[in-house]
Formats: sequence, structure tokens, C-alpha cells
Amino acid sequence: MNARVTLATARRILAQLRHDHHTLALLVGVPSLLMILLRYVFDRPEAFDRVGPLLLGIFPFVIMNVVTGVATLRERAGGTLERLMTMPLGKLDLLLGYALAFGAVALVQVGAVLAISLSWLGLDLRGPLASLVLVATLDALLGMALGLFASAFARTEFQAVQFMPAVVLPQLLLCGLITPRDQMAPWLEAVSRVLPLTYAVDAMGEIARRPDLTGRLVADIAVIAGFTLVALVLGAATLRRRSA
Amino acid sequence: MAVRDLRVVRGGREVLHGLTFDVPAGSVLGLLGPSGCGKTTVLRALVGVQVVRGGTVTVLGEPAGSRGLRRRVGYATQAPAVYADLTVAENLRYFASVLGAPRSDVARVIDEVGLGASRDQAAATLSGGQLHRVNLAAALLGRPELLVLDEPTVGLDPVLRRELWELFRELAGHGTTLIVSSHVMDEADRTDRLLLMREGRILADGTPGGLRDRTGADDLETAFLTLISEPTGSTA
Repeated sequence: MNARVTLATARRILAQLRHDHHTLALLVGVPSLLMILLRYVFDRPEAFDRVGPLLLGIFPFVIMNVVTGVATLRERAGGTLERLMTMPLGKLDLLLGYALAFGAVALVQVGAVLAISLSWLGLDLRGPLASLVLVATLDALLGMALGLFASAFARTEFQAVQFMPAVVLPQLLLCGLITPRDQMAPWLEAVSRVLPLTYAVDAMGEIARRPDLTGRLVADIAVIAGFTLVALVLGAATLRRRSA
Repeated sequence: MAVRDLRVVRGGREVLHGLTFDVPAGSVLGLLGPSGCGKTTVLRALVGVQVVRGGTVTVLGEPAGSRGLRRRVGYATQAPAVYADLTVAENLRYFASVLGAPRSDVARVIDEVGLGASRDQAAATLSGGQLHRVNLAAALLGRPELLVLDEPTVGLDPVLRRELWELFRELAGHGTTLIVSSHVMDEADRTDRLLLMREGRILADGTPGGLRDRTGADDLETAFLTLISEPTGSTA
């Protein structure tokens, strides 16, 4: 691992995004728009106060998952990954470069959505803002790491995009957003307990309801961080210096 | 550089059947042969990105793909491996920082491949020949001791091709070893040594002059065609 290479990689990924104005606009604009939509779909402030923060945990996860999946697939298919693998670049340098760059993008994304939600949409958040930003950023990194891992199993960008619903939708159904988890079939509740998005949504629920840092919130954050770390290690395992 | 009994299996089929050859330092080796004969696989084995079934590949005194070699070997793939959405200079700046090459290297390699006018152009908007030169420029960063170039002059006009070969000769004059694959026979004459391949085997290994003498042909194209139609390969 080498800080110079990691930072250069993060800078390079951000430069790529800077050249791609459409993607940048979509990254910030789409979640903001969805949040506005959600506010007026409910049209009841108390319902929005309950669900809004949950979505703040889900957006960065879903979006970073897709963006990273496609970005790393392009590196694999375009030969740049192979070029980097012949150079003095550690796998961790590449992963952390992606994590830094997309983590920064996630911060901007969450910041924009949060600013709109708290001012215009009148979201009433009981918990500390800092822990919400922390959980949202961790969610983004988790989505990124899973996207990187999944991209190893896709041969084309079409397949990579298909992985998104495969990875995200079941988690979305089971995370407690649609139905409280204790009302699900017991075996599904058991499944939901091993899915990372469950903890992301649970953490956001805690932040929405309680003004202080609860033990449950700390446990949720630890679980999300653990999942992220495991996904990063799995992602690193899919980067190979030699191929057939 | 020493390759001993190199065997590679791809897609369940053996594509290199026990290749053995040496490359003296500071020389230009040309790797020639019909499309699909295994040239790229040989080059990939030399830079250490190819899974090999058997044999040894020693590069600059170390096993191919060793950590220590990643700074000493430059590799340009046949299909340009650069970021299409970045400019020429941004691409090269990134690869230079990964290599730990001095910043001034970026200007040097842009100059060497003659891309000064398009340094701030996005790679996606370059012509095929320009893109190839960016790819080559990336391999030149950090002044590697060994340059492995897969069809570096494909799609380039004759003037540029001559300029690049002059650059290759100059690099070899300064002690760089170059391994260049090509299927253009007139380029073969510019190498110090030729390795002629067919179907995963070495058909001939010698100097361009030696190959002409052996086949009695005036030009290498005829020599190549003579050798390729011989039933079995032997070493010149």
C-alpha cells in the first residue's frame, strides 16, 4: 500500500467524473428529486419524517453500487486494470482510491439531499446530523464494495446493471422499509438479519427517532462497517494480476 | 531475458507448446507470425499477467511478474488501455504517479510519440493511431529497462512508423531491451533478431540477414512465406 498511489487513483477517478457532467448531475440530482417526490407522495410531514431518513441510507448504497459496478467493469474490460496490475500498484491502493473518490461523491450527494430535506421539505430529524452523515457514507462505501465484488462476475455492462436489482431489490424488500421485519415470515426475518441494508435502515430509523447516540445505533454502525470491510476484502480477491 | 519450455493453456487448448528463447539486453527482438499464433500470449507471459501451465520465464534476472519488475518493465497492449474520458496528459500523469516516475516524464513521452498538439484532448476523441501512441507513451513512462510492445505501429502511417522505429532504435542504443510484435514484414528488417512463430511454436530464430540467407529470399516477406509453408520448423 502506498499513499501516493492511492491518492493519485482517487484523483484520477474524480477527474473522470468531472469530465462526465451528466453522471455527476445524475448522482446528485436523482436522489434529491426522489426525496422531493417522496415528500409530496406522502403529503403528511410525520410520514415523511419516518421514511425520509431511511431513504437517505438507501440512496447512496444503491447508486454507488451501480456506479462502481460499471466503473470497475470498464477497467476490467478496457484493459486499464491489466495495465495497472503490471505496475507497482497494490490492490488495496486501487480499492482505497475508489473508496476515497466515491466516498467524497457520496458526501456531496448526501449533503445535497440533506440540505433540501431539512430546509425546503421540512424534515424533522431528532438524532445527530453527524451520525446520519456517517451512516450514509458507510452505506455508500458498502454499495461501492459490493458493486466492485459483483462486477467480477459480469462480462458485460448489461450484466453488471442486472446485478443491481439482484443485489439491491431483495435487500430493499427485506430491510424493514416496506413492512416491519417482525411482521414477516420468520424465515424471511432470519434472512433479513444477515443482509447489510437491514442494519443501514435500522440505523437511519434510530437516528430519525432518538436524539442521542443509542447502543443500538452504535451496534448497527459496527455491523455496517464490518460488512463493508468484508465486501472490500472479497472485492480485492477478485482483482487478479494473472489471468488465463 | 530467458524463456524455457513455456507452455500456456487457454480455453482448454494448449496455445504455446514449450517455447524456449533468449533475448540479449539492449537489443530489439521482433516477434512475428500469423494472427492467432500466440504472439500476444508470449508477451503477456513476459510481463507476468498470463497464467502459465509450465516452463520458466526469467526477466531481468527475476521471475516474470515479480514485484520488483513492475517498475522496470513497460507494457503496451495491442488494444489501447487508457481511460477514454481523460485527456492524454491526465492519463499519463496518473500512470506516472502510479509508477513513481518524475512529473517531467509526461512531457517527455508525449514529445517522443509526437502527441504534443493533442495533449489536452480527451482520449475518446483521438484517432485510432493517436490512441495507439498514447498507449505506447504510457509504456515509456519511467524509462523501463524492458519494453514489451504488442503491435505498436498498427494503424499508423509510414512516416510515423519510421519515426517510432527510430525511437525504438534510440532506446535500444541507450541499453533498453525491446520486444516488439508485428505482422508487418518490412518492420522485421529493423530488428536485431527475429522470432518467427506459427501455431504456438517457434519456426525460426535468427537475424533478419540470417533468415534471408537461409531461405535464399531477397526480402523477408518471401523468407517468411517460405518458412511458414515448410512442414516442420527448425532453428536458423
